[in-house]
Amino acid sequence: MAVSWEDQGLILSVRRHGEYDAIVSLLTENNGRYAGLVKAGASRRMKGALQPGNIIKASWRARLDEHLGTMSAELVRSHSAEVMSDPGRLAALSSACALIDALLPERQHQPEIERGTIAFLRSLGTEGWAARYARWELDVLRELGFGLDLTACAGTGSIENLVFVSPKSGRAVSAEAGAPYANRLLALPAFLREQTEASDADVLSALALTGHFFETHVFSSQRQPMPAARSRLIERLAK
Amino acid sequence: MAGAEIEALIRHLAKLPGLGPRSARRIALALLKKRETMLDPLVRTMMAAAETVKICSSCGNFDSQNPCAICEDNRRDASIVCVVEGVSDLWAMERTTAFKGRYHVTGGLLSPIDGIGPDDLKIDLLLARVRRGEVKEVVLALSATVDGQTTAHYITDRLKDAGVVISGLAHGVPVGGELDYLDDGTISAALKARRPM
Repeated sequence: MAVSWEDQGLILSVRRHGEYDAIVSLLTENNGRYAGLVKAGASRRMKGALQPGNIIKASWRARLDEHLGTMSAELVRSHSAEVMSDPGRLAALSSACALIDALLPERQHQPEIERGTIAFLRSLGTEGWAARYARWELDVLRELGFGLDLTACAGTGSIENLVFVSPKSGRAVSAEAGAPYANRLLALPAFLREQTEASDADVLSALALTGHFFETHVFSSQRQPMPAARSRLIERLAK
Repeated sequence: MAGAEIEALIRHLAKLPGLGPRSARRIALALLKKRETMLDPLVRTMMAAAETVKICSSCGNFDSQNPCAICEDNRRDASIVCVVEGVSDLWAMERTTAFKGRYHVTGGLLSPIDGIGPDDLKIDLLLARVRRGEVKEVVLALSATVDGQTTAHYITDRLKDAGVVISGLAHGVPVGGELDYLDDGTISAALKARRPM
């Protein structure tokens, strides 16, 4: 018996298949990350709708559950068009989609990541997007099971002056306790703990922090490189 | 069913864009039926094209001469260069007859999913052209897609210190387009790019 579902989802990547079709990877509301073949997905009519970052209403159908399945799509919201003229925001959108596409296992329901990602993309047009992006990466790490403990110092238990993170345990370290090992610890920008303003340098420190844990806990075990889109975002923020 | 040569012909034709096995069979049959008027001239034309058509070392266009006729045409404005993804886009621009400058074909777009990075595109060649000093404006005529605009922003960054004007094609309502039939993204892009009347 054929299996099918209808769901709303965020387009993570689109890969051309043959001349007219496309394989679309989608982060759905109720079914997790799913891929499907969209017939004529590379056509002029569909190309605008099938862009990473866009929200679509999708119907997926396959003869057996383990098949790739075919998908039909209807555009709900075009986040990509909203940020296309802004290089930084476009880089953040590409990076978020590429990270999720690379990180999440297929067909596992991840409601928190889905909600957090959609909320981040919806707010991408407003100020402070770079800091929100860094916080979103921290949330993704937590949802994947590699959450950092930034509440108290790993050495002294102090909750004051937390400025480092241990690259091994992922726990915060205070300035005093971390001083002798400062060159081996990761910087903890204050905006990740409190709702404070973040400079570009703070955001870059935060991305170095999350990047370290993505690299060591996820990508190196999967023998995958970090997505190029994330590196491009960091290059852009560093300018 | 058919001889090995005919099967091979059908197989090769079926690899062409827009053709499948069925249409390839029809074309093969048409060519073989009209050998003198269709097959022989086509073979000669294809042989000639294979021997003479080159990629222009300056802009990346296809032509039987190198540099191509567009780059060699002194009537064209050498101070303005239009950057396009592929030769098909260059031909699309030429069909409009609206652009009188020269071109630069990048040979693709930055695409993390397809593993295409800056080194895979002819961006350094564009920078070298700009640095030679003749170019005053670069028009980025790349697709209004995430990959297209990521490439456009990347080229803009690389050209930032080159002292040239960088412009991009407008995005929005097409000529003859009705708002009711446009997608939300196009309408919001058009609204953002609105101009005084």
